[in-house]
Amino acid sequence: MTALTEQTLPVTSRAMRDEMIVFVFMALALAAVPFTGIYPFFVMQALCFALLACAFNLLIGYGGLLSFGHAMFLGTAGYCSAHALKVWALPPELGILAGVAAAFVLSIVTGYISIRRQGIYFSMITLALSQLLYFIYLQAPFTHGEDGIQGIPQGHLFGIFDLSKPTVLYYVVLVGFLAGFLLIYRIINSPFGEVLKSIRENEQRAISLGYRTDQYKLLAFILSGTLAGFAGSLKVFVAQNASLTDVHWSMSGEVVLMTLVGGLGTIFGPVVGAFVIIAMQQYLASYGQWVTVIQGAIFVICVLTFRRGVVGEIAHYFRRSL
Amino acid sequence: MQALYAQLLVGLINGSFYALLSLGLAVIFGMLNIINFAHGALYMMGAFVAYFLLNNDYLSIGYWPALIIAPIVVGIFGMILERTMLQWLTGLDHLYGLLLTFGMALIIQGVFQNYFGSSGLPYAIPDQLKGGMNLGFMFLPVYRGWVVVFSLVVCLATWFLIEKTQLGAYLRAATENPTLVRAFGINVPRMITLTYGLGVGLAALAGVLSAPINQVRPLMGADLIIVVFAVVVIGGMGSIMGSIITGFALGVIEGLTKYFYPEASNTVVFVLMVLVLLVKPTGLTGRAA
Repeated sequence: MTALTEQTLPVTSRAMRDEMIVFVFMALALAAVPFTGIYPFFVMQALCFALLACAFNLLIGYGGLLSFGHAMFLGTAGYCSAHALKVWALPPELGILAGVAAAFVLSIVTGYISIRRQGIYFSMITLALSQLLYFIYLQAPFTHGEDGIQGIPQGHLFGIFDLSKPTVLYYVVLVGFLAGFLLIYRIINSPFGEVLKSIRENEQRAISLGYRTDQYKLLAFILSGTLAGFAGSLKVFVAQNASLTDVHWSMSGEVVLMTLVGGLGTIFGPVVGAFVIIAMQQYLASYGQWVTVIQGAIFVICVLTFRRGVVGEIAHYFRRSL
Repeated sequence: MQALYAQLLVGLINGSFYALLSLGLAVIFGMLNIINFAHGALYMMGAFVAYFLLNNDYLSIGYWPALIIAPIVVGIFGMILERTMLQWLTGLDHLYGLLLTFGMALIIQGVFQNYFGSSGLPYAIPDQLKGGMNLGFMFLPVYRGWVVVFSLVVCLATWFLIEKTQLGAYLRAATENPTLVRAFGINVPRMITLTYGLGVGLAALAGVLSAPINQVRPLMGADLIIVVFAVVVIGGMGSIMGSIITGFALGVIEGLTKYFYPEASNTVVFVLMVLVLLVKPTGLTGRAA
């Protein structure tokens, strides 16, 4: 089996410095958005998907596990947060916690089942599990089937920040995204992340070195699923609804596309990919189903000619790790 | 009891589609090492080709010729896909094959949705297969009986071709060791192309069979394919016979669920998949991945 991604460069102080510079630049650029003419809701939506794609990338880019069912974490957390906020009237912080906790539990169960097989079988199992949940949410009374949960109150975060004000909401989402991003960055550069990369490169050898690779993979799955759930909870405040679209398997496909376009196994790739795909959907919305065709074409082009993705190509050109 | 037999029949029919589709997937997986995500889209194309053949003013080709022509047309389309795209993935991680075929599925489905919308088009049952038979305990619509018998015959013929003939022996040998088989003077790349065509043709055949039962619509394969993936995980795709038996068996189980506990009929295959994985991660007939 050939390696899925480029061999990551060794962690050197120079690589860390490069990544930190790019991170600071990204954070400043995103913080400046409300002062520009850019539509903040578009950026908020893209940030939620960027976090989702980063969480997904933690699994495939560093663990070599292609999950084709990550929408289930997004959707489950979204439904749970929405229900907690609307029906139980919990404050936002507890609403987010409820969604993240649901995604955490779900990722333990689905992770335990799916890491029993590898490669494409793993992908097919995650896909089937997410479709199982889709049908459950379609029939369960609390999700309101096709209608979804709508008109969710945004409330005051910690009793202070009024989330119904777009600028306040924007910065809350931005802080949530940056926190999630830094957490993923920390995980990747920890000893745990190094073991994960060794499993991706050669699982047999990792086993022979004495690592219990299944436990590492399961932990990676749980971290990834929980963070994807966090993205789903944040998205509830932005969209003010939770619907079946977020659980459908085509959403899982979109997450894969975002990561692939940006660059599998690169730190900033999923963020770039999410912005590219969300912008494309926003501006091509009038073309109806042609958007699907274009997305499919991007998939094909990326896989055939452009496997490193946008950030991957740039990093390769400058011989840096990004 | 009538309702139970009716659901069992529906289950058998769905089972024949599962078997034909997972059989095609198994054949393709054996040679190309690719899980063909475009399988559902090509199944849909089979149904649409039959629809065109019938409704085109100049052609108006009916069901029986379509049963042969549609799989060939879609099979050739598949071979073109293999030669122009899939071929370039040889030696790469097989996840790239999954992603590439997923992209192809999006393109094919998107194009059909643009031209035909998402609603279904009717396809008439051929005259010879109209009506039904009274079996004493139930009423059997002839067409439905035909679908079950015909797909069973096709499945067994494919099994015979791969497991019992000279050509099948080359095929199986090439899966094990392509370099060696090539050294014996057999054109392995051409064999791979033909195999993809065969697998795709089986999907298209299932599409033609399903056209008079289920309406012809662009997304008819999209949701079906995920159930077939679950069937493949349960069966393990280790053997050709395994995918045939698993396909039919799961269809029947689904039909029984529809009778006894309809709420679970959409999910029973996935639940079974979870249970099988917990007990036997390699699937019922599977080898280790």
